[in-house]
Amino acid sequence: MFSRTLVWVPEMSDNFTIAVASGKGGTGKTTIAANLASYLTEAGENVRYLDCDVEEPNGHIFLKANITTVENITVDVPQVDLDKCTACGKCGEICQFGAIVCIKEHVMTFEPLCHSCGGCRRICPADAIGKKPVEIGRISVGKAGKIDFVTGKLRIGNVRTPSLIKQVKKHITDDCISIIDVPPGTSCPVVEAIRGVDFVLLVTEPTPFGLNDLKLAVGLVRQLGLPFAVIINRHGIGDERVEQYCQSEDIDIAMKLPDDRKIAEVYSSGGMIVDLLHQCKKHFAELLDYLECAKEKLNEKRRLRI
Amino acid sequence: MKELVVISGKGGTGKTSIVAAFASLAENAVLADCDVDAADLHLILAPDIKQRNDFIGGKRASVITEKCIGCGKCAQVCNFDAAVFDGPVNDLVRKTYKIDPVACEGCGVCVHFCPADAIEFKDAVNGQWFISDTRFGPMVHAELGIAEENSGKLVSLIRKQAKQIAAQHNKDLIIVDGSPGIGCPVIASITAADLVLVVTEPTVSAQHDLERVIELAGHFKIPTLVCINKYDINRKMAAEIARKIDNRNIAVVGRIPYDTTVTKAQIAGQSIIEYSNNGLSEQIKSLWLAVSERLAGKEVG
Repeated sequence: MFSRTLVWVPEMSDNFTIAVASGKGGTGKTTIAANLASYLTEAGENVRYLDCDVEEPNGHIFLKANITTVENITVDVPQVDLDKCTACGKCGEICQFGAIVCIKEHVMTFEPLCHSCGGCRRICPADAIGKKPVEIGRISVGKAGKIDFVTGKLRIGNVRTPSLIKQVKKHITDDCISIIDVPPGTSCPVVEAIRGVDFVLLVTEPTPFGLNDLKLAVGLVRQLGLPFAVIINRHGIGDERVEQYCQSEDIDIAMKLPDDRKIAEVYSSGGMIVDLLHQCKKHFAELLDYLECAKEKLNEKRRLRI
Repeated sequence: MKELVVISGKGGTGKTSIVAAFASLAENAVLADCDVDAADLHLILAPDIKQRNDFIGGKRASVITEKCIGCGKCAQVCNFDAAVFDGPVNDLVRKTYKIDPVACEGCGVCVHFCPADAIEFKDAVNGQWFISDTRFGPMVHAELGIAEENSGKLVSLIRKQAKQIAAQHNKDLIIVDGSPGIGCPVIASITAADLVLVVTEPTVSAQHDLERVIELAGHFKIPTLVCINKYDINRKMAAEIARKIDNRNIAVVGRIPYDTTVTKAQIAGQSIIEYSNNGLSEQIKSLWLAVSERLAGKEVG
């Protein structure tokens, strides 16, 4: 455990990206991410909150941002010029996803299956394949008080979650602290959301489901080589196995948020627990101390490496 | 044979606990865990694995270091920034390219365009899937490898296997535990299913996610029912949710109270029905009845 300072001094600023993730859904990622963003701002930091849970984004419910710009996000899919097409079939051969096929003289595309690898366009000897943009979702940018707010929203029926997350992350700049709200799970959308961040907070709850999914998430962040710590939400609701696991694996527990009906009530109506519940401030103050020390430690490591 | 898929939009609303309870109430069902990247149903059903198979979801490129001429064509044609110039030295160049397996999408474009024929394209084992016995009947489930792709394909595979087993063993129902969200594994879970049950809770977040997931089920034209879990943590919002979805002609078929029994049963490795016989199990039994009637073709609401 790191030593704790008593007073938060705003010195974490500039270029630190924290991802708030969890294997299991519904453990309190968004609660932690939104309240952390708000608390950091109160402590004098410049903060950007980026909602990368683009399938079910909920950060706006708590941060109530004033949106100033909305961007349509598109990906390129093939558009075949049938006048130029010689029906050679090369496009269908290179496509691994069944998104373009050539049956006799007919080339057909199946846009929902396309991964936008551009293979068909590159391989076409007749130069008959162009790009066509299709919308996969939207990114809204605005301000929630002093917090810079960015959120992605996937179009219903679309599967290009990682592509949209990538675009949300382009809004990260190196002049503030970025907080990324990560989708649940451990597969491609999560990988896209946490890749390249400085630190990951894994939010879990002390239950068998929470522990099982935490282990998967730990496996993922370890494979990606990212520094991380665990946050236990609804502490007291279940058993001790999550804490025992963290101890045996030498994983820091950065914060324990107690199981409290008041927190659940504030959350249920879309309120911010750091604003409405005094006892929560103490926990977030501890989390900030922890992150400050973690950042120091990382900088130390980096200096040594250079 | 009917297929019921339980999903939630938002995670952590109690979907898996409800599926486990259904498993102990259903008389002749096959269970399928399609929440492949954070599977939990096995923690309650304790499956005895009878058959274990590799899941090959696609292919993955890798550079044969000895052959790489360091030309950079792979990086130039890769749309996923997966080809990086920091591979080891070989007889030809001081630095070679390598493919980041996590970033690789498996499109094979680099393989085709490499002038030195230095990139292999092999089947990628993305995880494993299992056929098991449980105390409630056969179960098909899987483990997606860490940081792996193709979860949608794995979900489709599990559903297909579950259907085969149901046909072989004369089972009349498949109960599917779906995943959170509205993306590729969810779409793969619900397409062409007979009925979707959405488990929600009375929070602003869950309400928002419920609307998106109902829209998704509507997009694929799957009949949908809703159950409000922990309805008593915010009764006003529970009523509002019921009113809103009633406007969409979707029925609320269950209102389940907040109860610490759910966590206790989970810790004991039992379904709620096995663990206790209180009012909570009565609520779940009546939910199950309503869902069964709907599956049998009766109108409920």
